[in-house]
Amino acid sequence: MKWRFWQFRRVPLAWLLLSRQPVRLLIALAGISFAGILMFMQLGFRDGLFDASVTIHRLFKADLVLMSPRSMSSISMSGFPERRLIQSIADDAVESITPVHWNFVLWRNPETRQTRSILALGFEPDDGLFINPMVAEQSHLLRQKGRVLFDELSRPEFGPVAERFNAGDIVETEVAGQRVRVAGLVRLGPSFGADGNLITSRETFRSLLPNTPRGSIELGLVRLMPGSDPELVAKRMQGQLPGDVKVFTKEQFIEFEKDYWRSSTAIGFIFTLGAAMGFVVGCVIVYQILYGDVSDHLPEYATLMAMGYRLGDLLGVVAREGLLLAIIGYVPAYAAGEGLYALIRNSTKLPVSMAPERAFLVFSMVLVMCLGSAMLAMRKLAEADPADIF
Amino acid sequence: MTSISAKSAVIHASSLCHSYGRGAMRRRVLQGISVDVQPGEVVLLTGPSGCGKTTLLTLIGALRSVQEGELDVLGVPLSGANAGERRRVRERIGMIFQGHNLLRCLTAEQNVQMGADLLTGRSYGARRGIAREWLRAVGLGDHLQKLPHDLSGGQKQRVAIARALAAQPELLLADEPTAALDGRTGREVVELLRRLAREQGCGVLMVTHDPRILDVADRLLEMEDGLMQEVSLLQKTGG
Repeated sequence: MKWRFWQFRRVPLAWLLLSRQPVRLLIALAGISFAGILMFMQLGFRDGLFDASVTIHRLFKADLVLMSPRSMSSISMSGFPERRLIQSIADDAVESITPVHWNFVLWRNPETRQTRSILALGFEPDDGLFINPMVAEQSHLLRQKGRVLFDELSRPEFGPVAERFNAGDIVETEVAGQRVRVAGLVRLGPSFGADGNLITSRETFRSLLPNTPRGSIELGLVRLMPGSDPELVAKRMQGQLPGDVKVFTKEQFIEFEKDYWRSSTAIGFIFTLGAAMGFVVGCVIVYQILYGDVSDHLPEYATLMAMGYRLGDLLGVVAREGLLLAIIGYVPAYAAGEGLYALIRNSTKLPVSMAPERAFLVFSMVLVMCLGSAMLAMRKLAEADPADIF
Repeated sequence: MTSISAKSAVIHASSLCHSYGRGAMRRRVLQGISVDVQPGEVVLLTGPSGCGKTTLLTLIGALRSVQEGELDVLGVPLSGANAGERRRVRERIGMIFQGHNLLRCLTAEQNVQMGADLLTGRSYGARRGIAREWLRAVGLGDHLQKLPHDLSGGQKQRVAIARALAAQPELLLADEPTAALDGRTGREVVELLRRLAREQGCGVLMVTHDPRILDVADRLLEMEDGLMQEVSLLQKTGG
């Protein structure tokens, strides 16, 4: 027997059931879109948070990173002896090192005079710090004491520093109770842990935070000779150095930070739970809609069965309704998701964007939601008894 | 068409019994029905309500499983037939209901095509063509794109007839098709039904209370308390 598509094509009952009941369709679409938007929001925030937590981490010019074993995350960095970093030069694979100070200081908004915590990084202006060339180009400006480079992507609460600096004004303010002058602007980006960043010399850093123990640093950047395997060197170095320091590759360093936010805080859980809530709400709405639809049309379904349609044909109609709802409902959810991400980017400066994996994940969830609800609604079809319609 | 005999009968029932309920609540509605309907015959079934007409119709329509007795529909023995076998018989039977039972979301044309869609091996376009032809045959060629709620009661019932016939049934079952219609419209609908069924050579079994349409029948059956008897046509319509 030859089967052709057109022999299987039938009246598109599922589509007609949906489209000829516009109010019900609208409610269903509103529910699905709402669930989709909620999932986009929560997952976007979650991923954005994880990405944002390592904005600075990604920028470091380093193959290996030395950190205190007591440092849990970027918001709670502990010091370790600078000696360890110097000892690491003993390894043949090491090309150069950069000791880095890392701490939070209070920045006074030059306009409103309010203070706010900002992440300060201190390094020797001649050392390499970031991949970003903006810092290297301006680092000579930091040789003078009391000068800082301000991250122009910092949240607006720190004041109109970039605007005033670009206008040619001398921007001076108080950091940790001391007068500093903005010597230049860099673009790094805020993270969940730090609303803003400033970079300064170690000398200035120590004067801002005089309690920093001498000979103690928070971060040691190590750059390796070309061609060396960071993981191998990290392992070897960890074996040679005492236990008061931990050696990470740059990737491990980034993962360590993300891991903190993911597992040691409730944030990942909260946002995943939020997304799950959206999923459940969507399920309930779609189920209600499809169940109501099947109940309303039960005599019609029974009629079709009396005419000789298979139960499978009718289950297929409900399944197709679910599929159509998923596809049609996803479109506005996607569009709204894009819009919301733009809104989040503008208002929180978090790096949230429509990642293809997330777009696919949310679509899969919407699909599972609609088809799962359709399957539950199908149980109602079993009540369609063609013998009752005479 | 084969010779008229019990073998080629579209409906052949003998000593057909059916009961509802269990135990003390058990009530027998059919007490041994024996009847034969030949191809092309139009048979009317009357009787007071609760006499078991509808039960008989659902049994013949392969909508219920046979409990006791013998029932062959379109040559298929239905006693002991499973759900799949009964469904396959249903595909060959056209049914017209008291309420028109049209799908509210579909246009007249799409409703009729739901019947034609049961035909296998035909293209979508061909099946739509069949649907249009049948709607023209029932005089609704100008109302193809109308939804059921835009049609009058008689028009809806004519759409239902077109839908039943579009599946090329070998047997038509109708349950009080004129109940919701006024006398004149009811008569038109039934005459149309008889003419089209004759042209198709398909047997018709129609349950009705409507005394005005009895004369369209070839045979008249009367049921009372689960038993059936043949009535002379002259006795009913001539008097």
